Amino acid sequence: MSSVKDTAERGRPEEIRAVPVRHVGRWVAGAIVLVVAVALVNSAVTNSRFQWSVVGNYLFDHRILEGLKVTLELTVVAMAIGIALGVLLAVMRLSPNKLVSGASWLYIWFFRGTPVLVQIFFWYFIAALYPMIDLGIPFGPALVHINANTAITPFTAGILALGLNEGAYMSEIVRAGIISVDEGQADAARSLGMTRLQTMRRIVLPQAMRVIIPPTGNETISMLKTSSLVSAIAVAELLYVVQAIYAVNFKTIPLLIVASIWYLACTSVLYVGQYYLERHYGRGSSREQGATLPGMVLRGVLSFRRPGESARPGGGEHR
Amino acid sequence: MSEPMVKAEAVHKRFGRNEVLKGIDLEVAAGEVMCLLGPSGSGKSTFLRCINHLEKINSGRLSVDGELVGYRQVGDRLHELREAEVARKRAEIGMVFQHFNLFGHMTALGNVTCAPILVKGIAREQARARARELLDRVGLGDKHDSYPAQLSGGQQQRVAIARALAMDPKLMLFDEPTSALDPELVGDVLEVMKGLARDGMTMVVVTHEMGFAREVADEVVFMDGGVVVESGSPADVLANPRHERTRAFLSKVL
Repeated sequence: MSSVKDTAERGRPEEIRAVPVRHVGRWVAGAIVLVVAVALVNSAVTNSRFQWSVVGNYLFDHRILEGLKVTLELTVVAMAIGIALGVLLAVMRLSPNKLVSGASWLYIWFFRGTPVLVQIFFWYFIAALYPMIDLGIPFGPALVHINANTAITPFTAGILALGLNEGAYMSEIVRAGIISVDEGQADAARSLGMTRLQTMRRIVLPQAMRVIIPPTGNETISMLKTSSLVSAIAVAELLYVVQAIYAVNFKTIPLLIVASIWYLACTSVLYVGQYYLERHYGRGSSREQGATLPGMVLRGVLSFRRPGESARPGGGEHR
Repeated sequence: MSEPMVKAEAVHKRFGRNEVLKGIDLEVAAGEVMCLLGPSGSGKSTFLRCINHLEKINSGRLSVDGELVGYRQVGDRLHELREAEVARKRAEIGMVFQHFNLFGHMTALGNVTCAPILVKGIAREQARARARELLDRVGLGDKHDSYPAQLSGGQQQRVAIARALAMDPKLMLFDEPTSALDPELVGDVLEVMKGLARDGMTMVVVTHEMGFAREVADEVVFMDGGVVVESGSPADVLANPRHERTRAFLSKVL
C-alpha cells in the first residue's frame, strides 16, 4: 500500500531518455538495398532497349484496352463460376451421403490433377468429342440440341476451362472455411429450430468467410494471370493482343512491359478490394476493428483518416 | 396429473461401441426445475442433447410434451420425422450451452432476433423490440450492439439465455451454463436462471452448482456411468444421499 501512495505523491517519474543501441547491421543492409535499387532503376532508364517511349505509345492503345477488357471479363466470370461451384462442391464433400461426397471428391481429383492448359485445349476441342450436345432427360428425349462447333467459341471454352478448374480449388478453400467454424455454432443454430440449409447459409458460411476470403483473394489474383493461358486458343485477351502486335512490329520487350504494367495495376486494385472484404467479414471476430498494422497503414493512405480512429463507434468501451 | 413435459423410459445411447446412456427413466413435470448432477462422463450432457434430438437415442422412448422426440409412432412402428418437423419441435425447446455458442458475426441484438425472424417469421421490428426487452431483462440493456467477442463470459451466457427465450420455449435445457465462467461472473447467470424458475419455466439443468440445485431445483437427479443412481428432492439427495456413489461425489464437490 505504501509504495502505491509514494508513487502517487511523487507524481509521474520523468520519461526515460536512454542512448539507443546502434544497429550497424540495419544500416549496412539498408545501404545495400538502396544501391541495388538505384542500379536497377538506372539500368531501366538508361538502357535504350527498354524503349519506354514505345511502352508509352501502346499503354493506352485501343487494342490493348480491348484485350484488357477481355482479360477482366475472363477473370470475373471464371471466378464467379469457380466460387459458386466451390461452395457447391464443398457442401457436397461434407454431405453424409457417400455417393454425393464421393462425386465431389472425384471432381476435385480430376480437375486438380490435370494441367489447366490441357483442360483449356480439351474444352476448345470438345466438338471433336461431342459434335452435338443434347440437353434433356438422361437416356430419354433431348429438349435442346447444341452444335458444339458453333456454341463453344474460344471465349466460352476459356471460361469453362478456367471456371471449372477454379471450382476444384475453391471447394477446398470453402471446405477449410466451413470446418474452421466451431461445431457449437451449428448446435446452437439447430437448437433454435434452424434447418441444415439455414444453419449453413446464415450461421456457418458467414463465419467461414473470414477464413475463405484471404485465399480467395489470392485465387482471384492468380486467375487474372492464369487467364493469359487462353491466348493459346486465340482468345483476344491482354497477352494475345500484345503477342499479335509484336508479331508484326517486333517490339517484343516494350509490349510485354505494357502487359506487365496492366497486370500489376489490376492486381494492385484487387489487393485493396481484398482488404475491405476481409474487414467486412472480420467484424465481430476481434475486439477492435481493423487493428492489423497493414490495415491501419492502408486505411491511412486511402482515406487520410487518423490512425487509431475506430471505424465502429463504441469499439473500445467494452470491458 | 397432466402429461409430463419430459418423459424418458429406458433411454439408451451409444457412440460406436461406447454406451453412454444405459437406460434412463425420468419425468419432468411442467413448471418443474430438475437439476442433473454427476461426475463428468456420466452422460448428463448427452441425455440433455437427446431431449432436443441433437443426438439420436438408440433404444427406449423419449417424449416432450406428450410427443416422441424425433419420431412418429404409426401402429407399432417408429417413423423418423422429416428435418423440417424436427426443426419445428426444436424451436419449442430452448438450449443454453457450456461455451455459450453465440453467433460470432452478429451483435447481441442480432443473436437474439435471428431465429425468431428466420424460423418463426416474426417481423423484424417486432423481433427487435422483443429482443431489447429480453436483453434488458437479463441485465444487458447497454450491450445491444456489442459483438460476442466484446462481452465477458457471463454477459455472453446471458445473451445466450435471451436468445433461447426469444423463441418462447416451453422447456429450457441448460448444459453446464456456468462451468466456463470466472467464479465472480457465475452469480449473474444464476440470478437470471432463478428468475426464470420463479416465472414457472420448465427447466432441465446440468450443473455443478450445488447451491443453485439446493435453492431452485424441485428435483435433483444424480447420474453416474449412464444410469440414474438416485433422485429426489434436493433436501433428500444433497443432505441425505442413500447411495455410496452419490455420497462420494458430493463429498468432493460440496
